[in-house]
Amino acid sequence: MKNCEYQQIDPRALSVSPSSVQNHTEKKVQRLRRKWEVFPGKNRFFCDGRIILARQSGILPVTLGLIVVTCGLFFAFDCPFLVTHLTVFIPVIGGVLSLFVVTSLLRTSFTDPGILPRATPDEAADIEKQIDNSGSSTYRPPPRTKEILINQQVVKLKYCFTCKMFRPPRTSHCSLCDNCVERFDHHCPWVGNCVGKRNYRFFYSFIISLSFLTSFIFGCVVTHITLRSQDGKSLIQAIQESPASVVELVICFFSIWSILGLSGFHTYLVASNLTTNEDIKGSWSSKRCTEESGNPYSYNNIMTNCCVTLCGPMPPSLIDRRGFLPLVAASPATETELPPFPVKNDTNMCTKSTKDVLERLVRSLDSRGRCPPGAPKTTPVAVEISAAATPPAERSPPTGCSRQHAGRHTAAAPCPPFARGRERRDSFQSSNPAFRLASPSPSLSRTFILGEAPDVGFIPPP
Amino acid sequence: LSPYITIMPYITIMPYCHHHFHNLQELRHSASLANKVFIQRDYSEGTTCRFQTKFPSELESRIERTLFEDTVKTLNNYYAEAEKIGGQSYLEGCLACATAYLIFLCMETRYEKVLKKIAKYIQEQNEKVYAPRGLLVTDPIDRGMRVIEISIYEDRGSSGSSSGSSSVSGSTAR
Repeated sequence: MKNCEYQQIDPRALSVSPSSVQNHTEKKVQRLRRKWEVFPGKNRFFCDGRIILARQSGILPVTLGLIVVTCGLFFAFDCPFLVTHLTVFIPVIGGVLSLFVVTSLLRTSFTDPGILPRATPDEAADIEKQIDNSGSSTYRPPPRTKEILINQQVVKLKYCFTCKMFRPPRTSHCSLCDNCVERFDHHCPWVGNCVGKRNYRFFYSFIISLSFLTSFIFGCVVTHITLRSQDGKSLIQAIQESPASVVELVICFFSIWSILGLSGFHTYLVASNLTTNEDIKGSWSSKRCTEESGNPYSYNNIMTNCCVTLCGPMPPSLIDRRGFLPLVAASPATETELPPFPVKNDTNMCTKSTKDVLERLVRSLDSRGRCPPGAPKTTPVAVEISAAATPPAERSPPTGCSRQHAGRHTAAAPCPPFARGRERRDSFQSSNPAFRLASPSPSLSRTFILGEAPDVGFIPPP
Repeated sequence: LSPYITIMPYITIMPYCHHHFHNLQELRHSASLANKVFIQRDYSEGTTCRFQTKFPSELESRIERTLFEDTVKTLNNYYAEAEKIGGQSYLEGCLACATAYLIFLCMETRYEKVLKKIAKYIQEQNEKVYAPRGLLVTDPIDRGMRVIEISIYEDRGSSGSSSGSSSVSGSTAR
């Protein structure tokens, strides 16, 4: 019987024979699904969840295309002349810079910016219970802010109606991606992703290296044309000999202004440990705050601020894209409805105590990236080793594959300020309609009721 | 592996047990799960990961205050170690930047190493301290690092549950 049970919950057997799974579960799922497939935010996933992008990534190909075209023209038309006339290091430097630009860009685009998973229904119910301390049956929406002290300074935390939780400090909800992102900077359409805690350093290295690249190409092209026109030819003749250079000049000229400006702005932000979001809203400016307060997150030392932002430890991704969904329970990411309570039939149940022990042991095996309880790996003995073995394998590919670029490139243009301003307005507007809800949303009321059910039945031990 | 092997006899005796392995998730929502307590984040020192050590009232009858505080303080120390900014983290960051972040393909970040230690610690705490008291601690990483979720299980007075505590102690006593 032991072997039979292990076979029953063996992951290979389950994925091969979906019919047995369907008979036992109430979900409509046909096969093992990963969590990214039911992710509630507006993100797109590739490579089986390894690569994450915002839904509207329309300008990312443009960015990539501009960079590729400029670099291609540079290597094809300017480098041969410059190698013969100057030095062979020019294409080498150009190549290294281009590689750095492209890898930084792709890492920025494909990395999870620090998305916070939405609150589980139990959590949301608990928060609502804490707020509604009077215990009345009438439902009123939770207050929008909570004040906490950070480094002896009062900071207001807002309640996110979409994610059903109080946003941690420096977290903001991106309306374009429909996610709360930690240390939210801005949503960059050129990169096709939000810029947040986890990919800010990639974004910063992207714009810095892009500044160097555009300046370098601009300088080389100017040198090229100058050298050509010095050989006894006029400038027009030199340009006619190498028309591609003019294209590069135009692209680089317009890019340099914006890219250099953006680099300077972000260098200022890094040095003072601010985000674009905070800077635009003026959260810590002296006009809004009293004389004593300032940025509570700053270390008041430029070097420390820079090092912390750019060289600090790399936090992990919290959304666990490649984890498997539990077979029976509702996916952790959706809040549509909770599974209906099974009919309590004592004759069908195992002993409660054994069940409890099993559940606990199973729960203790539950961790990120592994199959959660209810999923194939519920047997402690045989699968514990495999459960322990797979997490590293499952955890490393997400970060590994996200680093592999799909060979696409993006343009050299920066994130225009108007995009940031628009995002700010959007985020404000996204919270207002939720606040205008006269009646509670069905999911909220259901979680509220569900949250109360255990309390009704809870009998404290004597 | 030994604790798991000792409970195997219970499984072989039970009828329909293989059926209920599948429905373990359903059983979680049935009578045995009584309540859940959420330990929130403590932001008084900034955005670094810390959890409040305030002892929740629902656990007063279930576990000693010192044990709970020890667990939370140890977890806080682990997270502080993961997010510590110092020589080693700078070195890791600069090396990563110099290699265009390709170094992460072969190397595990320090944060990930500490997360593994945390997962092991929580499992060990669950086995030794919390499961015998009918509690279960969920790793905060499964809840987006927002809360430590402690599930409170209740043995209801239904058939066969009288041996609940003895079987629990039997499995943990080994």
